[in-house]
Amino acid sequence: MNDNPRFDRLRRVLAQPFIRATLALVIILCLGALFNAEGSFFRWDAHRDMLRHISRYGILACGMTLVIITGGIDLAVGSVLGLVAVTSALFMIHWGWSPLVAVPLCLLVGLACGVTSGTLISRFRVQPFIATLAMMVFARGVAKYISGGRKISQGVETADGFVYLDFPGFFNFLNARILGDNVAVVTLVFLACAVGAGLLLARFRPGRYMYAVGGNEEAARLSGVAVAFTKTLAYAMSGLFAAIAGICQAAQETQGDPEAGGSYELTAIAIVVIGGTNLMGGRGSMALTLVGALTIGYLEKILSLNAVGEAGRLMLTGFIIVAAVLFQRSKR
Amino acid sequence: MPELLLEMRGIGKSFSGQIVLEDVRLDLRAGETHVLAGENGAGKSTLMRILAGIYTEYAGTIALYGRETRFGSPQDAARQGISIIHQELSLIPSMTVSDNIFLAREQAGPAGWLRFQREREACAVLLDRLGVPVTPGAPVGAYSVGVQQSIEIAKALAFEARILVMDEPTSALTEPEVERLFTVMESLKRAGCGIIYISHKMEEIYRVADRITVLRDGRYIGTEERDRLPRETLVKWMIGRPMSEQIFRDAKAPGTPVLELTDFSVPDPGGRPRPAVDRVSFSLRRGEILGLAGLQGSGAEVLVNGLYGVYGRLTGGEIRVDGAPYRPGSPAHALRHGLALLSNDRKREGLVPSMSVIHNISLAALPRLSPGGLLREDLERRAAEALKEALHIRVAALTREVATLSGGNQQKVALAKCLETEPRVLLLNEPTRGVDVGAKHDIYALMNAWTASGIALVLITSEMPELLALSDRILALHQGRVTAAFDRGAATPEAVLAASMGSVKGNDYER
Repeated sequence: MNDNPRFDRLRRVLAQPFIRATLALVIILCLGALFNAEGSFFRWDAHRDMLRHISRYGILACGMTLVIITGGIDLAVGSVLGLVAVTSALFMIHWGWSPLVAVPLCLLVGLACGVTSGTLISRFRVQPFIATLAMMVFARGVAKYISGGRKISQGVETADGFVYLDFPGFFNFLNARILGDNVAVVTLVFLACAVGAGLLLARFRPGRYMYAVGGNEEAARLSGVAVAFTKTLAYAMSGLFAAIAGICQAAQETQGDPEAGGSYELTAIAIVVIGGTNLMGGRGSMALTLVGALTIGYLEKILSLNAVGEAGRLMLTGFIIVAAVLFQRSKR
Repeated sequence: MPELLLEMRGIGKSFSGQIVLEDVRLDLRAGETHVLAGENGAGKSTLMRILAGIYTEYAGTIALYGRETRFGSPQDAARQGISIIHQELSLIPSMTVSDNIFLAREQAGPAGWLRFQREREACAVLLDRLGVPVTPGAPVGAYSVGVQQSIEIAKALAFEARILVMDEPTSALTEPEVERLFTVMESLKRAGCGIIYISHKMEEIYRVADRITVLRDGRYIGTEERDRLPRETLVKWMIGRPMSEQIFRDAKAPGTPVLELTDFSVPDPGGRPRPAVDRVSFSLRRGEILGLAGLQGSGAEVLVNGLYGVYGRLTGGEIRVDGAPYRPGSPAHALRHGLALLSNDRKREGLVPSMSVIHNISLAALPRLSPGGLLREDLERRAAEALKEALHIRVAALTREVATLSGGNQQKVALAKCLETEPRVLLLNEPTRGVDVGAKHDIYALMNAWTASGIALVLITSEMPELLALSDRILALHQGRVTAAFDRGAATPEAVLAASMGSVKGNDYER
């Protein structure tokens, strides 16, 4: 049985990870069309807002994809996002620095966190889960230390009383919508990150080495791959993307909240997994992560359009993660 | 006529419309070892997977102990007395021997208490019967691979298995361990078990077989008593054409020295005080094949790994590559100096199974194939196409994952990866391990072609005929030291073996 060649060709097409991931997304979209909340699902603002909402998670997922392809995991991205949200708000709202100085410094903070995790993992052979768990706790601590545990916002108490500071133009720009009010700037930032990470994986030597390290570390080493450098690079990129997401976070919330980004790392991992990138490493792609981000984004959007409360949303999201992964595996 | 344990008739199986088995039959009597022979990709593994209940969809019938049956799952097959001793052992190293043997069939008392003592006693009896010196309470990981294999056989017996399938069980064993395995097999036969034995080693086949069945390209070729099947016929059955067992070496006059070692030493990778390679000196010239002979622990493997930088800078002595000083540092460093290593463990060290054939072939040569760090798929594809032709790699598409290839073709991909780095010196550790006859001869021909183009080869192989026929010179190593050197033609199997076992008489190498 099942030797029908036509059936067979269909099966082979369905076996491609990208097709499988897209199919899951299409099913979600069909559900959206069905439960369209009196037509709100067919209006562009619903999609625009969803894309804006998913952007920060998506940016984190870009770095997470690189790390997971090398066979690791980065639990620190949510905390690094929070830390950078604090530093960027501090630099630009409180101290009024130019973004030309503040942004590179913030990126450097994220990069430093990533390089530290990566070095612990690749040079000192700490397990990725442990090393990034430590970084997750540490970065949160630094965020609270710098901010004094308070949100860094426009309102500041001084000796002369309460002062209301200007909101930086750079944050205003990040938080704005362009192209005739149709696309949020942060969505474009997300797309740029996705393209960047995608190019690194598919077009540059270090990207290929990430697949090799995740697929078989020993074989990669014997083939002359600089394994430690490759792994560190993946975590460094993850830290960098977390910093970008952190700046977006501060802009969107108009403040630097030291608690920001809690549990965001889990959403980022969920996006990567729903896309179909293998947690064991060696297999996956940025395109899959993009589809995964859309799947999670639309799922949440459709549920909120239909006035499903947060409790129900969370429970259903849990179900969908399992369903998506089982669905993808059954087609193998 | 002894009892017929198993009868497989008209077995057929296809994947995605491609037929891998067609009308294959195999039977097994109580108390016999039945060797299943065939080239890689002949369908042996598929047939065994059907027998093990892994593939449940197939054509044909299986009769067990005279009754027709159909397995629903591997557990089902195991319950009915079929046990597979895998190439990769399936024991849990951190657990004790007896816990492993009784895993998932623990003997529990009321309230679920485990009866450790009873398990250990039963385990001791079982291991005693096999003559394996093992403490039931010790962790499995404390024992060598050979002993672990015996433990796995004991586990099968604890399951009351009557049909044992052994897939290349000796590939990772030392000589004494192989002997013990054969003794264990004899006692199994006496106990009325039947053994299906898969092997690529001619000596071994004729040593253990009572009967031999040959498969080729998924078809049944024939079954014959061992004594009525001469080796030439077996080879003919396996490859479908008569092939001379002669290994041909087309030796040219060697060129200038390319690799010179003076007092090269490598400390023991396991941390033992005695160095694994102890002051070895030799000079290798262009177009030459230098064979390294040695038994387990001789240091031959450590020597090539050390040269390649696997152990970093922890080596001593002087090395010159093409006259320039060279100090091992890392594999990347070795590759830059024109050294390439074919590891003897392609699954663990040679290939990245999740990557495509193309990407595996290009992996070690990416610094050259991706100028400026930018990947050039066109360059990679062209290189892979050329090597696919040269090495006769059989694969439907070069974009296929390497994991889907047969063993022989995987080995060729690993070789292609080494070649793509354009090496001056190619270090080959067991280049024909787990490779079928046809592919072996392909590889011999290639070695001749490479040396003709000026590449120098260092060859480690556990197959004596291969070593003697291919090497222009042979160094015998014993406990890290060179005990003898032979020129082509001067080496006899007996002399090389004696030197590998530490005897230096009759040779003036030590001067």
